[in-house]
Amino acid sequence: MQTPLLIAIAFFIILMNSALAANDTVAALMNSYMAQGANIGRAETGKQLWQKTFTGQGEFSQRSCTSCHTQDLTAVGKHIKTNKGIKAMAPSSNPERLTDRKKIEKWFKRNCKWTLGRECTVQEKADLLAYINNQS
Amino acid sequence: MKYTVAISAIIFTLGFVMLPLVWSDSGFEFGEFEEYDHRSTGVAAVTNPVYREECGSCHMAYPPGLLASSSWTRLMSGLEQHFGDNAELDAETHQSISKYLLANSADRSDYRRSHKFNRYINANDAPLRITETPYFRHEHDEIPKRVVSDNAQVKGFSHCNACHTKAEQGSFNEHDIRIPGFGRWDD
Repeated sequence: MQTPLLIAIAFFIILMNSALAANDTVAALMNSYMAQGANIGRAETGKQLWQKTFTGQGEFSQRSCTSCHTQDLTAVGKHIKTNKGIKAMAPSSNPERLTDRKKIEKWFKRNCKWTLGRECTVQEKADLLAYINNQS
Repeated sequence: MKYTVAISAIIFTLGFVMLPLVWSDSGFEFGEFEEYDHRSTGVAAVTNPVYREECGSCHMAYPPGLLASSSWTRLMSGLEQHFGDNAELDAETHQSISKYLLANSADRSDYRRSHKFNRYINANDAPLRITETPYFRHEHDEIPKRVVSDNAQVKGFSHCNACHTKAEQGSFNEHDIRIPGFGRWDD
């Protein structure tokens, strides 16, 4: 009987699917950024933006993605004001990351506005996406 | 002998019935007796998954019964400037969360502590912070700065669950208070 083999194949497919889920979302999102005029995201440019410091108004005058998410995307972060823990950004540490397009766009919008004082451009989002997705 | 057993039984039963009153939050007053059968001493726990996800990602998901509906309406109309952070929501999510908050706000809840939060708010006020409500202030007026604001493990009064270990379940009972670095708190 080939049943064990079939089961093994089925398991393998399921495993691969969940591993690829993040990549599918990322690829689709990257395509949509490119359709809006961006070049394909560059992780190195994304990293520079991630670590860049911006001047904000109010309580926290020096702001950066790292203010809450830290320099190490595979580590947990902490909300700078409320202290609430933030799960790791890297899909390699947190498989839930980059699997929900709506969620990605929501946080880009909120967090770019707080950190940079404006929405991110399509190119900036493409670069950040590439950088976050690249972390292992 | 028969009577002794019967009387002991009555006293025992009475004692048992009175236990929740003795154990309930401090300041039991007769005027509140009728409210007692509404619900426990707390506020309603947070149950809405959308609210928990959208609002609870950045801070404790505050039980809606801690603010009156006028406050929630005001707060939800200014999410772009949410205490210094941007907390914008899409229209659909905004509507769903508003509905949940308003339906369970302090003035519409039948939980005892929500009644108290609502009762002392001035008619023309719609405070945005739970810590600015008169009832909150009254309840925390004896707590020294060094155990909360100056305590690095607490940081401030807005972090309810730093000390109220069951805050997210809606319980603010004195027996559940553990102040980090200080321990229990008794009035």
